[in-house]
Amino acid sequence: MQYTLLILALPLLSFAVLGLVDAKWKPKVAGTIGTTILGIITILSYFAAWQYFTQYKVDGVYQKVIAFDYEWLRFNDLLHINLGILLDPISVMMMIVITTVSFMVNLYSLGYMKGEKGFQRYYAFLSLFAFSMLGLVMATNIFQMYIFWELVGVSSYLLIGFYYTRPAAVAAAKKAFIVTRFADLFFLIGILLLSYFTKTFDFGILTSSNANVFAEATSKTFMGFSMLSWAMALIFIGGAGKSAMFPLHIWLPDAMEGPTPVSALIHAATMVVAGVFLVARLFPVYVVFTPEVLHGIAYVGAFTALFSAIIACVQTDIKRVLAFSTISQIGFMMVGLGVSGYGGHEGVGYMSSMFHLFTHAFFKSLLFLGAGSVIHAVHSNEMKDMGGLRKYMPITNWTFLIACLAIAGIPPFSGFFSKDEILSASYSFSPAMGGIMTFIAGLTAFYMFRLYYNIFWGKEFKPATQSENYHGHGNTPHESPFSMSSALVFLGAVTCVAGLIPFGHFITSDGVPYDIHINLTVASVSIIVALVGIIIATYLYRKENEIPEKLAKTFDGFYKAASHRFYIDEVYLFSTKKIIFNNIARPIAWFDRHVIDGTMNGIASSTQWVAVKIKGFQSGQIQQYAYVFLLGTLLVAALVIFLI
Amino acid sequence: MDYSSFLQMHEEFSLLGVMIILLLYDIFASEKYLKYFQPIAIVLFLVHIVLNCVPRETFQVSGGMYEYLPIHSYIKTFLNIGTLIVFLQAHKFLNEDANRIKRGEFYFLTLSTLLGMYFMISAGNFLVFYLGLETASVPMAALVAFDKYNNKAAEAGAKYILLAVFASSISLFGISLIYGSTGTLYFNDLPALITGTPLQILAFVFFAVGLFFKISLVPFHLWAADVYEGAQTNITSYLSVISKGSAVFVLFTLLVKVFASLITEWQPILWILAVLSITIANLFAIRQKNLKRFLAFSSISQAGYILLAIISGSAIGMSSLVYYVLVYIFSNLAAFGVISVIEERTGKINIQDYDGLYQTNPNLSFVMMLSLFSLAGIPPFAGFFSKFFVFSAAASQGFYVLVFIALLNTIISLYYYLLIIKAMFLNKSDHPIEPIKSDFFARVSFAVCTLAIIAIGFISPIYDQIHLISFGM
Repeated sequence: MQYTLLILALPLLSFAVLGLVDAKWKPKVAGTIGTTILGIITILSYFAAWQYFTQYKVDGVYQKVIAFDYEWLRFNDLLHINLGILLDPISVMMMIVITTVSFMVNLYSLGYMKGEKGFQRYYAFLSLFAFSMLGLVMATNIFQMYIFWELVGVSSYLLIGFYYTRPAAVAAAKKAFIVTRFADLFFLIGILLLSYFTKTFDFGILTSSNANVFAEATSKTFMGFSMLSWAMALIFIGGAGKSAMFPLHIWLPDAMEGPTPVSALIHAATMVVAGVFLVARLFPVYVVFTPEVLHGIAYVGAFTALFSAIIACVQTDIKRVLAFSTISQIGFMMVGLGVSGYGGHEGVGYMSSMFHLFTHAFFKSLLFLGAGSVIHAVHSNEMKDMGGLRKYMPITNWTFLIACLAIAGIPPFSGFFSKDEILSASYSFSPAMGGIMTFIAGLTAFYMFRLYYNIFWGKEFKPATQSENYHGHGNTPHESPFSMSSALVFLGAVTCVAGLIPFGHFITSDGVPYDIHINLTVASVSIIVALVGIIIATYLYRKENEIPEKLAKTFDGFYKAASHRFYIDEVYLFSTKKIIFNNIARPIAWFDRHVIDGTMNGIASSTQWVAVKIKGFQSGQIQQYAYVFLLGTLLVAALVIFLI
Repeated sequence: MDYSSFLQMHEEFSLLGVMIILLLYDIFASEKYLKYFQPIAIVLFLVHIVLNCVPRETFQVSGGMYEYLPIHSYIKTFLNIGTLIVFLQAHKFLNEDANRIKRGEFYFLTLSTLLGMYFMISAGNFLVFYLGLETASVPMAALVAFDKYNNKAAEAGAKYILLAVFASSISLFGISLIYGSTGTLYFNDLPALITGTPLQILAFVFFAVGLFFKISLVPFHLWAADVYEGAQTNITSYLSVISKGSAVFVLFTLLVKVFASLITEWQPILWILAVLSITIANLFAIRQKNLKRFLAFSSISQAGYILLAIISGSAIGMSSLVYYVLVYIFSNLAAFGVISVIEERTGKINIQDYDGLYQTNPNLSFVMMLSLFSLAGIPPFAGFFSKFFVFSAAASQGFYVLVFIALLNTIISLYYYLLIIKAMFLNKSDHPIEPIKSDFFARVSFAVCTLAIIAIGFISPIYDQIHLISFGM
């Protein structure tokens, strides 16, 4: 399956053509190049997936296939960095998710970004992102993954800061980059620890559940935990940064400053699940050797899911609502992994987490693209500028509703099936965990329908005031152009049917397919809870009324705290600006400026001084040259004979 | 005696063949055909390179007077490539009216020195070695004074020949002492007989300074700046790259092969010379205003870095040395090429003349920038990798202080290399050098050098191959 290399090479080529070569294309040409290439690799990855799932099952187990391998750096016989392509169920699934959503976003952007300055740059960055993200999921070893991990970070940075003339976008890009980079530092330390003790980067060896590989790492302990636990926990911190787990989630809401299709692609469907993918990739290590870390992941995931679901209930910027809902849903995925066991029905959490990743990618990108369509029409992100849009934008309305039902967990939409599996895995882990997750599912249904009603129902539409997302269209909202709505319709259709995929036949923790059974008790409880959430939302927001205001007044303190995202950003600002900058950075800066620079300047001026002084040697007189030559010879001889 | 073994000296005979053909062509061809002289010379030489680039089995000629090792093919090929680049860059200079009549001489003299270097490299006996050394330096003096009516060139030629004779007489004196104390001049017999008596140490020192002179190590370097400045630029580049490259290689093989038992003596010598060369040359380079003098000192300090490879005395040292020479050939020749093109057209040679060069000659500035980056050892260019290997060769033998001093010096060198880049790209000038259209041959040489500077570091097989073969040393 060497042709899978094309799936990596083509987006890179497209990036090179659009971004590196010094040529100005017409926007239409640039967009067509980017979209066509994404289309081609989408078809290629569908073909690869078909081939993989039909032909690479040996004795009922899906094999790990190394489709391409190149040794890049060799340190010693054991430790070497390869660049290659690994195909296994999760990487193939991710390939499909990434290429499909990317393609949809490319298509959608043809309409959404029309007339923007830097259209070609935008498509170049999208290609770069597709390349990096595909490289990340197809990596054969953790080091290659790290390389692409950083590349993904860079392309995310570039795309968030796409409107580089807007200070908010620039600040958001910086924030996203710094926060994730900060987390990546731990990731890197984790990689170094892991490879130091296991002497390998290779996923094939790391995930073989071979105790010998980890013998050294488990036997050494540091502060009560084995080195392996430390390494795996540190690696998870890296994943938590990219996947916006509490308390590293602060960058994601701000990242919504980027163009909306970018939010759909990167900050909903693909990049932010990289952390989930990372944990899934190393799942055998977590589950067999460091279950305590895995449980930690479950608790972090659950807390994040709850925390951000609460915040999502009170946000008024529609993209921020979606951002917090994304964080919450990724929390769900982390919980799924965290509560999972290994193999067969024990591994249902793993399967469900991947399933949720898959379905979430589609309905969440649909939500974002729908939101983009709305923003495109009313030129604002704020709920107060919307309302009653269902009459003006029927396609957006229906597709958005489908996505809302999916995320709320109403059958037969895709989100129901995957979320239900996570819930039943949580119940078998502990009833408390199951209860909390069910409660969050109800909250999800509530805030999603609050969002939906506020956009499409509620008060009647009034023309928008001056706003940031001004596109230069007329004032009456209207349905988006074909390229945008076709993407919505396609994703809507996928959202309707994706849940019916027998996911357990493809992706399981140990590669052995099994049948999913829906736990009827769990399912009916979760449906009821979701319905309750939806009903409350309908009661509060379907028609314009006073109740939400009153509620906000009643719970004034809590409401304020939640809408300020529980002041986590302020905590960060305080600790960086007041504590780190004042007490650490400033003294270092002083030391640098006075002591280090002073020393360097001293060296420089004394170098100059010596250079002037010894100029006389180079007199141009040949007698003197010969004299020095002879003197040098004799000195060397004397030195060797008498001193050494 | 079996004379057929002489015929195994392919490289030497092939080079001799090229020389004789060119000499006869130059003498007998009519004016009509003479205008093809340079292309023919270059093609012939290219054929020579290709024919001799594949390593063969080790063999000896004349009972060990001449000894071939596979690594010799590499170093000779690298020197050949460098010489070819010099030929390409000299094309324009040799086509000038004043020089057209002399171009046959240019090729013949250059190739003679190259032949001498071949013999130095493959010598198995001090006599052959000495003959090679002289063959390499006497025509060189003639080359330096090529433009004999130019006072500076004539002065440079005189200085070079006088000091070269002075150095080689001391060297010869050293050889005679070696013979006196051991009774043989064969490299293969000597190691057992050199035991480290004071006489032998003295003999070694006297002998070695002859090579130190050629490599222009401090304090045997004083000729370099004057000669580099006086000679025509293409000849300077030949002198600084090819001549030096062959000498460092020979120094290494002799130290490891013949004087291995004196390792405790020569390591400190090299240590001191490396520190002196790098540091003092750097200090001088900072203050130079003339680019050729500047590059003279830069190449002295580069020679000091090469000593780090030699001082390790290991197979890694050998491979890092050959690699360093290869990279150095391309980097330095690119810089000299740009300088010669500009000097040829405008006569400008000072650093401040280069102010604003980027505005008028972006391509030349770009080549110059790459070569300076490579010389300064900035990643990802080839010069970074060659410095890295040299440093790691020295560090692997425990010369940490030396490596540290060398590293400090790379910072100083970075400063003066960047001065030129700053002049080209940042400084503004009211009278920048006008746009220059370089000739086809020079452009080919720039393309080759640029490609090599960018690619050599990344193509790991090159180093691996050198490394593989230097183990058989």
